Amino acid sequence: MNIDKKIADDLVANDISFVTTVPCKQLAGVIAEIDQRDDIFHIPSNKEDEGMGLCAGAWMGGKRPAIIMQNTAIGVTINTLATLIQYYRMPLPMLISYRGELREPVACQVEMAVHTKALLAQLNIPTYHFHHRSDVEELDNILKYTFMCNKPVAILTDANFWGGYGDQ
Amino acid sequence: MIRSEILKEIAPILRDQLVVCNIGIPSQELHAIDDQPTNFYMLGTMGLASSIGLGLALSQPKPVIVIDGDGSILTNLGTLPTIANNVAENYILLIIDNGSYGSTGDQPTYAGRKTSLSKMAQAAGCERVIECNAAETGRVLQEALDAKQMTIIVSKCESGNAKMPVITMDPVVIRDRFMKAVQA
Repeated sequence: MNIDKKIADDLVANDISFVTTVPCKQLAGVIAEIDQRDDIFHIPSNKEDEGMGLCAGAWMGGKRPAIIMQNTAIGVTINTLATLIQYYRMPLPMLISYRGELREPVACQVEMAVHTKALLAQLNIPTYHFHHRSDVEELDNILKYTFMCNKPVAILTDANFWGGYGDQ
Repeated sequence: MIRSEILKEIAPILRDQLVVCNIGIPSQELHAIDDQPTNFYMLGTMGLASSIGLGLALSQPKPVIVIDGDGSILTNLGTLPTIANNVAENYILLIIDNGSYGSTGDQPTYAGRKTSLSKMAQAAGCERVIECNAAETGRVLQEALDAKQMTIIVSKCESGNAKMPVITMDPVVIRDRFMKAVQA
């Protein structure tokens, strides 16, 4: 199974046609896959809160959005999640590279990893953690759930899920 | 002229258009001057009006006017390259540049000192950038709508706020009626 292709297929199958990204090495493959899809408009952001603004506008314009980013972005976007996405009740699937977990080579990444789930829990954001490759089978249901409840939903994908950091 | 005087003057142009309005006193002023279902008021999230408007413009064909401020653009400067590199011809970004953070007590911004937002927009790659004085705003805005070309307007005006009530409308109501207006 090509995991990048599977993720892009699930996005398209759920009518997600507007995707913004801030890169992470673990996400490079899926970002490249999304960039070449004709049925997805890919708009890179300079910062994740900017990306959430783009997604909010796209959704109000009639398109289903998604954001792809690193877990460090939770530190950047708490205000935007609370006062824009949640306050106006908007759906937003967040596919997140969960740096600082098992098989992480960069120590500093652990410093945000230890806060990631606590921050998401504090925000009452439904959170899923993909650790094994087969966990991706849940993505389709998570996307359906996100647009059912009109909430931001976090999908944390760690290095083990991606096959080891930089080992892909 | 101060921002509220500009908004009063351009209200007839804004009335039939989709408008995304910046957080704080700008939204309170627009709401008090001419509340419309086609107005999306930001109640929080400093800096993101231009991004919300761009996402909206890229996702549907109607013109979108963003009413933003110099302080808000400075908060989210990465927006200018994103706008420049993802051209939406139905997108107009009106930066009302009064050189101050109006909603927090008129503290000066760098745009009122050495920094030129119109030059920054040009350097970011935006192609149609027009700087004007406050009194010219209505004409420049109408020309931008008629041009059907992505336009960044920097309207230089004086610092100051009108005394307007806080918006008490529920955010989900603001969003829902706006989405219905988008689809209408």
